[in-house]
Formats: sequence, structure tokens, C-alpha cells
Amino acid sequence: MELACQVSGIVKSFGPNQVLKEVDLELPSATITVLMGANGAGKSTLVKILCGVHKADAGNVTLFGENFSPASPSDAFQSGVVTVHQTINNGVIPDLDVASNLMIDRLAESSAGFFLRTDQLRAEARKVAATMDLDLDITAAVKDLGLADRQMIAIARAMTRKPKLLILDEPTSSLSANEAKRLFKLLSNLKEQGVAILYISHRMSDIRAIADRIVTMRDGKISGIFDGPSLDYEGAVTAMLGQKMVHGKLQLQEKGTPIFELRDAKLSKYGNPFDLVFYKNEIIAITGLLGSGKTAVASAMFGLNPLFEGDMLLHGEPYNPKSPADAISKGIFMCPKDRSTNAVVSDFDITNNMVLPFLDRHSWFSFLKPKNLERKATLSISELGIVCQSELDLVTTLSGGNQQKVMIGRWLSEKSEVLLLDEPFQGVDIKARRDIGSQIRQSSKDRATLVFVAELDEAVEIADKIVVLHEGSYAGIFENKESNIVDILSLYSGKPPGTLAEARGSLNG
Amino acid sequence: MNLRSFAIRYGFLLLLLGLVLFFSVVAEGFAGPRSAVFIFQSVSITGILALGVTATLVVDGFDLSIGSVATTALMLSAYVMVVLEMSAVTAIIACLIMGAFVGLVNGLLIVKARVPDLLATLGMMFLLIGLQRIPTEGRSISTGMKLPSGETAEGVYSQSFLWLGRHRLDFFLENLIPIPVIIFLLVGVFIWLFLELTRHGRLMYAIGSNETATALAGANVNKYKILAYVISGITASIGGILLSARLGRGDIASGNNLLLDSVAAALIGFAVLGAAKPNAFGTAIGALFVGVLLQGLTMMNAPYYTQDFVKGSVLVIALIFTFALSSKGRKTSH
Repeated sequence: MELACQVSGIVKSFGPNQVLKEVDLELPSATITVLMGANGAGKSTLVKILCGVHKADAGNVTLFGENFSPASPSDAFQSGVVTVHQTINNGVIPDLDVASNLMIDRLAESSAGFFLRTDQLRAEARKVAATMDLDLDITAAVKDLGLADRQMIAIARAMTRKPKLLILDEPTSSLSANEAKRLFKLLSNLKEQGVAILYISHRMSDIRAIADRIVTMRDGKISGIFDGPSLDYEGAVTAMLGQKMVHGKLQLQEKGTPIFELRDAKLSKYGNPFDLVFYKNEIIAITGLLGSGKTAVASAMFGLNPLFEGDMLLHGEPYNPKSPADAISKGIFMCPKDRSTNAVVSDFDITNNMVLPFLDRHSWFSFLKPKNLERKATLSISELGIVCQSELDLVTTLSGGNQQKVMIGRWLSEKSEVLLLDEPFQGVDIKARRDIGSQIRQSSKDRATLVFVAELDEAVEIADKIVVLHEGSYAGIFENKESNIVDILSLYSGKPPGTLAEARGSLNG
Repeated sequence: MNLRSFAIRYGFLLLLLGLVLFFSVVAEGFAGPRSAVFIFQSVSITGILALGVTATLVVDGFDLSIGSVATTALMLSAYVMVVLEMSAVTAIIACLIMGAFVGLVNGLLIVKARVPDLLATLGMMFLLIGLQRIPTEGRSISTGMKLPSGETAEGVYSQSFLWLGRHRLDFFLENLIPIPVIIFLLVGVFIWLFLELTRHGRLMYAIGSNETATALAGANVNKYKILAYVISGITASIGGILLSARLGRGDIASGNNLLLDSVAAALIGFAVLGAAKPNAFGTAIGALFVGVLLQGLTMMNAPYYTQDFVKGSVLVIALIFTFALSSKGRKTSH
């Protein structure tokens, strides 16, 4: 098998942070290589180096034996390295028709004539569509097409450049199962044409469907290469998460009275109904890979979307929040993920960020009581060990970890019945992660705490119990014990849960 | 505090002080209570409109319809008193309701119909400019005018209505302070209190900075956005009422400059005290700044047609203060 691309000894740092530590990778042509890795493992940095967005600090890349160091994305494109990014709309122009989209790169060439020759354009576009098995009306406007078709067009457009290496970054994240199947068919066509494909995904179902090889990354290094006629999927997940899950010395807490219940809940059309009860003084990690349904649980409980099916009960009473405000007034708080988009008010200081949801509790006839706000903020700053000059610092002057502490402090500052923390350790260094974790555990006595994390090691670090979700359905609940880790891991990576019947449900009720 | 942050913080206020001193020395009669009051009076109506537009800027919106709301209030008040022959109170209430209603429609267009703020309020501006001409077939309204029906308008502006625009209170000197100035100060204090000291104001600033985050903190974002446009509509109609009371007739050609002047005042306000954000105090100072400059130049016999040029230059300088010098301005460009 011919080697399309060889990456050797790539090192890349951003400031003091070394993201890639001597990465070696071989990509044979006519092969689909799947790259797996947790958030922050360095996958996207590697991709960005291959497609010319970043420059490596050390190491080199060769493309069919020739040295390859693209100065820009268009440079990489010219050399035959084509990348389809996660956000599809970067790859298509919605207002133009399919034919123009397919031929847009041709149109942008300086040799293209001044006037459009529509017939010729369409004829060529039809040719491209035919080679790709695209069954589309090429005069249709792209904005009227579904996501899958757009994704296909983005890829087909890339194919007009005759790529040697095609990189796809989470291409199925917005596709349905059927649409994904079409994409896979297209990819195997391309593979037969001899293209080397690097496919980045978390989804086990994708990986099972198309992977010829699996390469896993962890902490900026390649942590495993799986090859051969039958791939070791579980081994790959283990390699992605770390060879050995280190179990912390967590003192499991005694659970209190029941607070919140999910009854006959279904998270998606394909999900199985399940019951769960959350108790006082209990920290439950809800874990699963991307698209496993964590968000569905959190947004239903916080009043953003109704539950797909089933009932929610708070203190035994039916609970159907109409809005976040409704949820907050009933004592269900949520600290959302992606803090810079969903949580941080960048024009505000620490104090005002901290008290934002509870301004009504700190005001008198709508007039704010500055002393109260200050007291709340200084208390949280000392409890969480937020590094700052004063509570009046702009929140954007803080480091990522300290900003996250402010966001956590926001929801710890008032009493809650159930606290939902969605990816509380996202973009946070290890010291801040410990501080946040211990503060969450210390303060958890009078509430149920749900922590939504994609990374299993974060779940193990903080929770009393671990709920595993998998592709929109419930897979199981476990006590956070060393002896359960193997079972949790296999459910997490998508092993059919039938073999684990005894573990499932043993903790329910 | 280094020189740069000092300049950002107090630069504009010092510039204002410098201007006042300069004109006091150069232009005879500039320094004195009468002249000061004249400046206040000249900026009171644009100032009131600017305070309303500030509220929409706070929620990261924009209201282009304020000028036309004000002129609609001008025409409406004249129509109610002169044509319908109703009382001053009725005229005022009708104007305030009209302003609030226009604000509500603006807000609903932006929040529910998802029309971008500039376009929604631009559309509303056109609509109102046209609408206010329809009842009188494009003519100004004054007592004794011929109505489309062929009758003659018999009503008159009531004295109590004119009092709002023309009366002057005694304050050390006889007949010193005009009522519009008092109303400007009252509206200013009200908007300032609302934006700075209440939780509603705080949430509106939060919405302006990060709407998603504020919604996830439990605030009713849509309600506050609509509220901002309602405030803007009401203040614009107050401005229109005062304009009507000063003119004493429904002059179809008045108020052309209101939109640009008040938007300029609100934007100049960004630079005051280095706020780099819309704020009521800054807006009032911004309006005053323009007033001082124009009054001084007029007293130095600068021709009237240079006025817009001067206002534009001040605005550009103020925007440089806000965005180029202050690091905060740079960060908020998301």
C-alpha cells in the first residue's frame, strides 16, 4: 500500500502549553484512518497543521515522499490536501445553485473567462456529480437542500481538486443515521479511487462502519494504533482515555432523601425508557460520548426543551419548567458548558458575573444593594480560591480556570435543590479542576448534584455514581468503584448493554 | 493611573471644560447663566431622545425611528388640539401611548419577527414619516387651516400645553430655566437610576454583552429588549411633545435633525469617563458637548452651515476615544 502522507516528530506549542508532543502518523492511500481523541488531546491542532492553518514548531510532513509545509489553507488545497470542517456551511454558498457550488473553485481561477457560460458550467458540474454518485438537481439552490446534501456538495466540491488526502472533522455530527450512510458510501467510493482519508470522530457507530485503521491520541501524543482485519474498538477507547483509569481516593458520600426523579424517560426516538432517582448529598456524573444525550437531560431539567418522552418529578410533584427562570425559581440551577458563549458576560466585573441570576434576591424594589453583591462575590472568591486583585476586576482579565470558577461560584452562591453542571472542567487547568471539584463536593450536602462530562476520567474524579448514556439512550448506572470501571468503560464505548444486565438497575430505587 | 488611562477616563470631560473656558475668553457673553441656559435648552429635546436611544444601545440594539416618533408626536399633538379640539392632557396622553406603541411594535418586530434592529426601526421610520402626513394631506397643522373635508380647523393650542415648551422658572434670576430643561434633567436622572442602580438595568447591560448567557441565567431577554424599545419610543414622544409646545403648531418640516443629533449624543457618551459603553450620564454630557460647541461657534459668528460638519467631527473623535484608545472597546467588538 502506498504511503500518502507521513507525519514525523511534529511539535506544536501555544505559549507555555505544549499541545503536540512529537506526533508521528502514517496515512496510507486508499485507506480510511480514524483519528480518535478526547477534547484537548490535540486532534484539531494536528488537522490545522495538515491543512495549513498552523505551522508546526518542529518535525516535518511529507506528501507522497515530498516535503509538505503549507503556508496557508489554500496552499494545502493546491497540494491536494482537502479538509471538510465540522461546520458545513463553510464549505458551501447557500444562495448559489448546486452547479455553481461544485464549480466555484474553477470560477475563482484567474484563467476563468469574464462571462459565465452556464451550459458549460452545468455540464462540468454534472460530470463531477456523476463521479461522486450524487443524485441531485444541480440547478437547485443549496439553501433548499438538507444538511447531508450540503455535506456531500462540500466534499464533491473538494473532489474537483483531485485530492490526495481528504480530512473530515466530525462530519456526521449534524447528520441523521440515513444521511451518514450516504456519506459513508461516498467515502468508500473515494477510497477505491485511491484517496487517503483521515476521519476524525467520537462516534463508535461511525467508526465501526468505516474504519480501516484507528489511531488514538491522548495528551498530544499518539497513544495507540489499531490495524488489521478485526479492529479492537474497546482497546481503542481505552487508549484514547488513558491506558489505565486511575481511581481517585474518593470518600463516597452517604445519600440523603430523594429529590428528583426521571420516570419512563426517553431521550430520543431510538432511546430506551428508563427511571432515575437523584438523592440529596449525592453527586451523579452523567457521562457519554458526544451525541449520547447528556444535553437532552440537562436542557429538559433546566426548562430549555421538554423531555422527549417521560415525566420529571421534583420532591414527588410533577416538574415541567417553562423556562430557565422557572427552573431557577424552583431551585434547579444549571451551569452551562462553553462558558464564553453561554455564561461569561465579558463587559461585567467578577461581582456582576457572579450574582447575575440572583439580582432579584439582592435588590429592594428593583434597586440593587451593592453591599450585598460585594459580600456574595468576596465570599465566593475566597471559597473557590479565585486568583484576582479584587471583586471589581473585569471577568475577562482572569485566566480560563478562574473564569470557570466564577461561573461555578455563580450557581454555588445560592441554595439549590438540584445543581446541573454541564462540562464544568472544560478548558480548565488541573489546579482549577481540583479546586472546583472539591468545592462542589464540599457544598453538596443539601442538594443533588449532576455533573455532565464527556470524559470518563472526570466523572471518576468527582462522582458518587456514574450514569452512562450512549447515542441517545440510557446504558446504565454504577457506583463509582474501582470494580465497576471495566463495565462503565465498555458501555461508554458502545458495547451492547445486554451482557451487563446485573449491573444495570441494581442501584435504581 | 498612567497617562493613557487618565486620558481615556477624563479626556472628554477635560475637552468639554477646555471648550467652555476657551469660548468664555474668546466669545463675549458666552460665560453667564443666560447663555448656559440657552445651551441647555437647545440640547434638551435631542438629549431626551438620546437618552431613549441609549436604552436600546444598552441591549445591543439600535432605534432609528426616534426622530420620526418625535415628529409624529409633534403632528399628533397638534392634530388632537387643533383639529379634534381636545384638551392638552388628551394630546399628551395620546402622544405617550403612540410612542409606547411604536416602541412595542419595534420590539416585537425585532424579537418575534427576528428582523434585524437597524432594518426594523428603519422601516418604522419610513412608515411614520409617511403616516404623519396622511391626515392633513401633507400640510402643517395650525389654527384656521383648511381641512381635507373643506372645513376650517377651529381648535387652538391650549396655554397649559404651550407652557411646557415656553415657560421659564425663576431660579436666582427671573425667568431663567425653561421647562424642557427640567424635563430633560428629570428624564436623565430617571434613565440613569434605571440603568445603573436597578436590577433591570443591570440585566439589560448583561443582555447587551452576552445575550445567551443572560438567558441561561434566567432573565427574560425578549421582555427586556422590548422594554428598551418602549422606553425609546416614550422618550422620543416626550421630545416630540416639547417640540410641539415650543413651536405652537404642527410644523411638518421640523425635527429633521433630531435623529442624527441624538444618535451622535448617545455615541459621544461612550467616550465619557472611559465607559466604552452606552450610559445615561455620558449621553447627557454628549448632548451638552455638542450644544456648547455650537453655541460657542455661533457666538464667534461661524456660519450655520458648518454645524453638521462640526457635530460629525466631534462624533468621529469621540468614537476614536472609545474604540481605538480604550482596550475595553477593542474587546467588545464581537
